Amino acid sequence: MNAPVRMPKLIKGATGDWEVVIGMEVHAQVSSNAKLFSGASTEFGGDPNDHVSLVDAAMPGMLPVINEECVRQAVRTGLGLKAQINLRSVFDRKNYFYPDLPQGYQISQFKDPIVGEGVLTIDLENGAQVAVGIERLHLEQDAGKLLHDQHPAMSFVDLNRSGVALMEIVSKPDLRSSEEAKAYVTKLRSILRYLGTCDGDMEKGSLRADVNVSVRRPGEGLGTRCEIKNVNSIRFIGQAIEYEARRQIGVIEDGGVIDQETRLFDPGKGETRSMRSKEEAHDYRYFPDPDLLPLEFDQPFVDGLAAHLPELPDEKKARFINALGLPAYDAGLLVADKDTADYFEAALNVGGAKRDAKAVANWIMGDISAYANSVGKAVSQTFITPEQVAGIVDLIGEGVISGKIAKDVLAIMTEEQGGDPRAIVEARGMKQVTDTGAIEKAVDEIIAANPDKVAQAQAKPTLAGWFVGQVMKATGGKANPQAVNDLVKARLGL
Amino acid sequence: MSDLTDLTLAEARDGLRAKQFSAVELTSAHVQAVEQARALNAYVLETPEKALAMAAASDVRIAAGEAGPLEGLPLGVKDLFCTEGVRTTACSRILGEFIPGYESTVTARLWADGAVMLGKLSNDEFAMGSSNETSCFGPVTSPWRRDGSDAAIVPGGSSGGSSAAVAAKLCLAATATDTGGSIRQPAAYTGTVGVKPTYGRCSRWGIIAYASSLDQAGPIARTVQDAAIMLKSMAGLDLKDTTSFDALVPDFEAAVKRGVKGLTIGIPKEYRAPGMSAEIDALWERGAQWLRDAGANVVEVSLPHTQYALAAYYIIAPAEASSNLARYDGVRYGARVEGRDIASMYENTRAAGFGREVKRRIMTGTYVLSAGYYDAYYVRAQKVRALIKRDFDAAFANGVDAILTPTTPSAAFGLGEKIEADPVEMYLSDIFTVTVNLAGLPGISVPAGLDGQGLPLGLQLIGKPFDEETLFAAGQVIEQAAGRFAPAASWWR
Repeated sequence: MNAPVRMPKLIKGATGDWEVVIGMEVHAQVSSNAKLFSGASTEFGGDPNDHVSLVDAAMPGMLPVINEECVRQAVRTGLGLKAQINLRSVFDRKNYFYPDLPQGYQISQFKDPIVGEGVLTIDLENGAQVAVGIERLHLEQDAGKLLHDQHPAMSFVDLNRSGVALMEIVSKPDLRSSEEAKAYVTKLRSILRYLGTCDGDMEKGSLRADVNVSVRRPGEGLGTRCEIKNVNSIRFIGQAIEYEARRQIGVIEDGGVIDQETRLFDPGKGETRSMRSKEEAHDYRYFPDPDLLPLEFDQPFVDGLAAHLPELPDEKKARFINALGLPAYDAGLLVADKDTADYFEAALNVGGAKRDAKAVANWIMGDISAYANSVGKAVSQTFITPEQVAGIVDLIGEGVISGKIAKDVLAIMTEEQGGDPRAIVEARGMKQVTDTGAIEKAVDEIIAANPDKVAQAQAKPTLAGWFVGQVMKATGGKANPQAVNDLVKARLGL
Repeated sequence: MSDLTDLTLAEARDGLRAKQFSAVELTSAHVQAVEQARALNAYVLETPEKALAMAAASDVRIAAGEAGPLEGLPLGVKDLFCTEGVRTTACSRILGEFIPGYESTVTARLWADGAVMLGKLSNDEFAMGSSNETSCFGPVTSPWRRDGSDAAIVPGGSSGGSSAAVAAKLCLAATATDTGGSIRQPAAYTGTVGVKPTYGRCSRWGIIAYASSLDQAGPIARTVQDAAIMLKSMAGLDLKDTTSFDALVPDFEAAVKRGVKGLTIGIPKEYRAPGMSAEIDALWERGAQWLRDAGANVVEVSLPHTQYALAAYYIIAPAEASSNLARYDGVRYGARVEGRDIASMYENTRAAGFGREVKRRIMTGTYVLSAGYYDAYYVRAQKVRALIKRDFDAAFANGVDAILTPTTPSAAFGLGEKIEADPVEMYLSDIFTVTVNLAGLPGISVPAGLDGQGLPLGLQLIGKPFDEETLFAAGQVIEQAAGRFAPAASWWR
C-alpha cells in the first residue's frame, strides 16, 4: 500500500485554478503564575485592574524584571516544536500609543528571538502528513483591555492582562488550505497542552491567530498577502481563509491587485474587512530595550528542560501504533487530546492487566465518546472512570456479558454516575447464559411452536437468524449469542 | 546654631555621634537655611515637617545606640527620584501633582541608613538640560556670582538644584543623576564634588528614566570624603533593576585616604578641544602636577573616538528618551488635557505637558529610530559607543589607573545666556563628560580652582569599571592641593 499523499487543493476561479498560501502567527498565552516582567498574577477573571503591579501600569521609574518561568516555558515549547533554541536573545521595544499599552511600547523580541526554526507535523483527513515549518517563537507582553460599555462618553482601561507573557509562534507559509490551517492550529494547541506551556483556551483568549493569506496560480511565486488579525476560534480560522481566498481571487480576476493590508474577520457576517493599509501601518521604531540585558542561558539549562519534557503527541501516536498495535487512525484520534490519551492508557493498564488495546480504544472512541459528547464534556471529564471502562472490557473478554449487555451496563453507570460494572452485572443478573441446557430448552420450545418458520429456514438458511433473535428475547438477552447460533443451526439441521 | 550648616557631612556625622548637637538641631538649622534661600529656587518642594520628624526619630536611635551610617544627616533629593507620599515631578508639568506610592531604591537606602529628607530639588525637565533652566518650576540660580557682578549664573544641569543646594549649604549632600554629565557638570559649576558611579553601581528602580542605558544615580557633596560616604549608602545590587550589578560595595570612605603613590594617571590628548580656554588648559596641567607631586605617574593616552561621542550621545539618549517618555500620555496619572478623541487627548496632553527641550529630544529620538533612519543613526551611534568603550579598555589595559580631564570646557555661564541660542551650544558643555556615560565608567568631578572671574572650575577623573575607590583617592589629592571653594557671600539670604 502506498502512503497517502497530500492532494493539492485548488480553488476554481472564473479564469482557472488558484492555490491559496497560508502562514500563521499564533499568540499563545504562557502558562505561568506571574506576568512576563512583573510579579502580578495572571489569573483569568477578577475585577478590572485587580492584577496590576506598578510595572504593569508603567508608573514612573518602574523597571521590568524577566520572569524565569516564562523563559523556561518558551524553551520547552521550542523543544516541543523541534526548534533551534537561541542561547542569547534580545528584548526589543515596539513603540506605539494606545490606552491599553501603558508603557507606550510593548516589550517583544524582534531581531533575536528566543526560539528559531522548527517543524510541526500535521495529519490530513486522508492520512497524509505535512511538515509545516516554524519560522520562530518569541516572547512578548500582552496588552490590557479597553471597556467601552461602562460609561456613555468614556472608555475604561483594564490592565489585568497588561504584561501577561505571550509566545508568538510564526509558521512559514507552508499551508495550502483552510483544512491544513485548522489542522495546524489544532496540532499546535495539542502540543502546547501536552507541554503545559499554554492552556490553549481560545474562548478565554489564551490562543489567538493572525492568519496571512495570499493566492497564486499553481506553480507561480507568492502573491501579495493580507493579514487577518486576532481570529479566536479554529472554525473562524477556516471561514476567514475561505472567504479571504475567494475575495482575493475575485479581485485579481476582475483585473485588480491585492493591497497588502491588515484585515479583521467578522464572525457574524462570515467575512473579512479592511482594518488598515500598508501605508497606514505603524512605524514601531523597534530598538533593544535598554532596561533589560540580553537574555542568556547555557546549553545545560536547555538540556535540563529537554530531559523532563513529556511524551508529545507524535511520539505517543507512534508508540500506540508500534507497541500497542493500534491502527494509525485510532492512535491519532486518541492522542489528539492528552487527557483522552492518558484516559486510554489508564483504562488499558488498570490493575496491571494486559488488555486488548483495540477493545479499550473502541470503547473509548465509541460509546464513551458518544456519551461524553451527549453531555458536552471531554471523555476524561465524564463520570465514567478508566476503571469502569477496564471492568466492561474485562467482562466482555471473560464472556461474562455480551457487547450488547455491556452497553446496558454503561447506561446504568452513566445514569447512576458510578458503580462497578462487575457488581452491577452480578446484582442485576445480567450475566450471559452459557448453560447449554437452558439455551437448548429455549431453542426447542421456539422450534416446536413455529413449524412453518422451521420449514422456511431449512429452505433459506439465512432465516435462521429469526430463531436466534427469538431465543435471545426469551432469555432476556443474556444467552451467549454464539452458543444460541450454534444450537439453532444444529437443531434445524443446517 | 546656624553654623551647623557649615559642617561637612562627615563632620556633622561625627558631631552627632559625639552628641555635640542633636539631629533635630542639625535639621532645624538646615530647614531654616532652606527657607532663607528661596531666591535660589533650588528646592521645588520643601518637606520641613517630614525632615523634623525623621530627625527626631534619628535622635531616638542615636540615644539607643542604633545609629545608621547616615543617621540624622539632612539631605536634598533630586526630583527625579520617586519618594513615597511626596510629590515627584521630574520638574515637568506632565506629571502634575504626581505622588508616588513607592520609594526609589537609592533614597530608600539613604533613609534606611538614617538620613533625613529636607525636600525635593529642582532639575532640568526629565534631566534634559545643562543649566537647570528647563525645569517647569523655573530656573535655579547658582549661589556663585562673577567677581563684582550680581548677574545670575546657572548652577549647571541637569542636577542644578542639587549642586546649588549643596554649594549654598542648604543640605549636607544631595542625590543627583547623570546621563551625559548631569552630576559632574553642575558640580564643576558650583565648586562641589560630584560622582557618576559605574553604570549598574546604583539601582535605577524608582528613578524617573531619561535614557536607561546611560542614567546613573550618584551624590553631589562638598568634599570627596562626603561623596564617598554618600555613595556607600546609595550603591548596591537591586534585584528590581536587571542592570544593577552584583559587585561588592567597598568602604569608599576608607579609599579616600589611600593616596595615588604608584598609580598611573592618563591624560587623553584628544580632549584638548579646539577653542578650549588657556585657563582650563592651565588648570588641567596643574591637576596633573598635583597628582605627580603625590607620587602618581602621569602619561599621555589616546582616546581617538572621543570626537564622535557627543553626536553618538545625542542620538542614543533621545532615542531612549522618546520611548521612555511615551508612558506620559494622560491616561493613568499626571496631567491630562482633554481632546475630542484619544489621539487629540494624547496630543493636547503632551503638547501642554512637555517643555521645549523635552519635545526637541523626543522628536530627535523618534526620528533616529524611524524606519529607514535606524541603521544610519541609531545603529551607527551604537557602533561609535562600542569604539569609545574600546578606547577606554585599551587605555586601562595599558596600565592606566585613572584618566584626568577637565570636567567642562569653561566655567558656568549666565542665566539665559545659552537657553535661547543654538541648542548645540548648550550640548557642548557636556563634551568631556558624555564619553564616560557611553562607556559606562565611573567619573568624579572635583573643584580645582577659580576662573578669571571668580567662578569655580572642576577636574574630572575617569576610572575603571567599579573602581570608584581610585577616583576617591585621586580626587582627595586634588581637593587637598586645590583647597575647597565656597561662594564668597550668602547674598541670597
